[in-house]
Amino acid sequence: MLHDDDRIFTNIYGWEGADLKSAQKRGDWDNTKAIIKKGREWIIEEMKASGLRGRGGAGFPTGMKWSFMPKESDGRPHYLVVNADESEPGTCKDRDILRHEPHKLLEGCLIAGFAMGAHTAYIYVRGEYYNENSSMWKAIEEAYDKGMLGKNAAGSGWDFDVVMHRGAGAYICGEETALIESIEGKKGQPRNKPPFPAMAGLYSCPTTVNNVETIAVAPTILRRGGSWFSKIGLNEKNAGTKLFCISGHVNQPCNVEEAMGIPLRELIEKHCGGVRGGWDNLKAVIPGGSSTPMMPKSVCDTINMDFDSLREVGTGLGTAGVIVMDQSTDVIYAIARLSAFYMHESCGQCTPCREGTGWLWRVMMRMVQGNATIEEIDQLYEVTKEIEGHTICALGDAAAWPVQGLIKHFRDEMEERILEYRKRVA
Amino acid sequence: MKKVFELDADYQPESFEFTKANQKVVKELIARYPGGKQQSAVMPLLDLAQHQVAADGAKANPPYGGWIPRAAMDHIAELLGMHPIKVYEVASFYSMYNTAPVGKYLIQVCGTTPCWLCGSDDVTKTCKDKLGIGMNETTEDGKFTLMEVECLGACVNAPMVQINDDYFEDLTHETMSELLECLSEDMKPKIGSQKGRKASMALSGPTTLEELAKKTGVA
Repeated sequence: MLHDDDRIFTNIYGWEGADLKSAQKRGDWDNTKAIIKKGREWIIEEMKASGLRGRGGAGFPTGMKWSFMPKESDGRPHYLVVNADESEPGTCKDRDILRHEPHKLLEGCLIAGFAMGAHTAYIYVRGEYYNENSSMWKAIEEAYDKGMLGKNAAGSGWDFDVVMHRGAGAYICGEETALIESIEGKKGQPRNKPPFPAMAGLYSCPTTVNNVETIAVAPTILRRGGSWFSKIGLNEKNAGTKLFCISGHVNQPCNVEEAMGIPLRELIEKHCGGVRGGWDNLKAVIPGGSSTPMMPKSVCDTINMDFDSLREVGTGLGTAGVIVMDQSTDVIYAIARLSAFYMHESCGQCTPCREGTGWLWRVMMRMVQGNATIEEIDQLYEVTKEIEGHTICALGDAAAWPVQGLIKHFRDEMEERILEYRKRVA
Repeated sequence: MKKVFELDADYQPESFEFTKANQKVVKELIARYPGGKQQSAVMPLLDLAQHQVAADGAKANPPYGGWIPRAAMDHIAELLGMHPIKVYEVASFYSMYNTAPVGKYLIQVCGTTPCWLCGSDDVTKTCKDKLGIGMNETTEDGKFTLMEVECLGACVNAPMVQINDDYFEDLTHETMSELLECLSEDMKPKIGSQKGRKASMALSGPTTLEELAKKTGVA
């Protein structure tokens, strides 16, 4: 278990104030200028050494991402965009950072912004987080007031502005180029890549989009050293601390910061009071938000919660939104409901996704009833393969994976449902 | 749900103006973005218009909630130098912009899998029974509109609803009923967890940061 001394988010539950003074007591904004004085190269190298991988779902190495920004400006401004459009079902960690640890995020914005030559950060927060957006604004105003932001931010010699931009209810805006379109005042429809945002992103300027948690952990990493962070966790590729959100059929659902690679069972039993009805009552777990394929209990028994361990068993860490389902769960409906989600959230740009997500939902709802043929299970699987990888962004993939996971692990149950239905209507 | 988007409907008002106070806000919102990029302000302005309509609606008899009339979209298009269709596109794309009138209290029940696992169906049923309306319907007195929405990002506090700008979490049949009673009398219920827990911490108490928990009086 992660030692309390190694926890970054000590105010994740809001026990103390979110104001600047309280944040400073927790160590935020502690000599930020000294970090900045070490220079851009040092910051990026230290981030690389920490092994931090993006906390938004894809797990791309953060230091490397920052290094993709042009070293010199060609006259265009650089932008840092923080993705706070937390909408992946099962995920509610960034919300706690926004409302309880806003200064970690703001200090992270300044440091990351400096490291990529940006003087402005836009924080794109999902529209429904109205009160969290207000908490952030309050923190931003206080930071400006005390000289942490604005001209010569925190005495660093670097001018830095932060602007909040509220979304308005569109999951797709969590995709970085859709998010950029949305800030530009358009429908949130993803762009083709290349050009990548580091070359032409917001307002066609070099842009890096990072998740809230990724940016918020950066100041602590740089203060305590990349090697401190990299030693926490399973190994150097799956390093550091991670906020987990455990929802569903556990006795005590909660958010908790733990070491990357913690065994799933330990995570649930130590922090969530165990699975409802005991570990043996577990049926399946979606480990990293709705897009990641589910795992049956047999996998859950021994799995570690990190990028590579989960990938090896055909799923992923994603956002670490752990959705737990006990034996009473109709897993077919659980996934059908996710199909409804993806149908609702498809932006409509690419045909395989726009048409495919609706088709998946309709067939899945028949699977829930059992009103289908056994062959249709194979057809369903094939169609998910036609959607996956054939769209501009990953929403198509995200719609396909949960269904694939269901067929892989619970095909028996689907077949049984079909046979029962036939018996019933015969 | 497919959005109602009827630009020529009878309920559309002839004109829309931002209030004096909001005109100042409009200027501030536009100034947040780089010169020439005022189109970026379209989302904040749509939101401002919706909140202004909600403020008017709260005082009206019968009351109504926040929505964005076509006249407001046209006005915003003019303010930002956009073609009106570009504003309509944005307003119809994002689910939070109500493009048709709604009740004073817009009840949005999260029905996505994490909430469903924890009993969102019960919450929905409570709302339907208590209000006597179905999904996407408004009570006759104009007070409540009921909707199911997709994941609102408060999954460890499931099941939950959003009512106007606020989240109400850890709901049961009883607490949802109380909430509705409270709102029907225009009282302000306590937002957040209805089981009284601190944010996303386990209801039974902290499992980490024990010393700090003691110091801050949480445990």
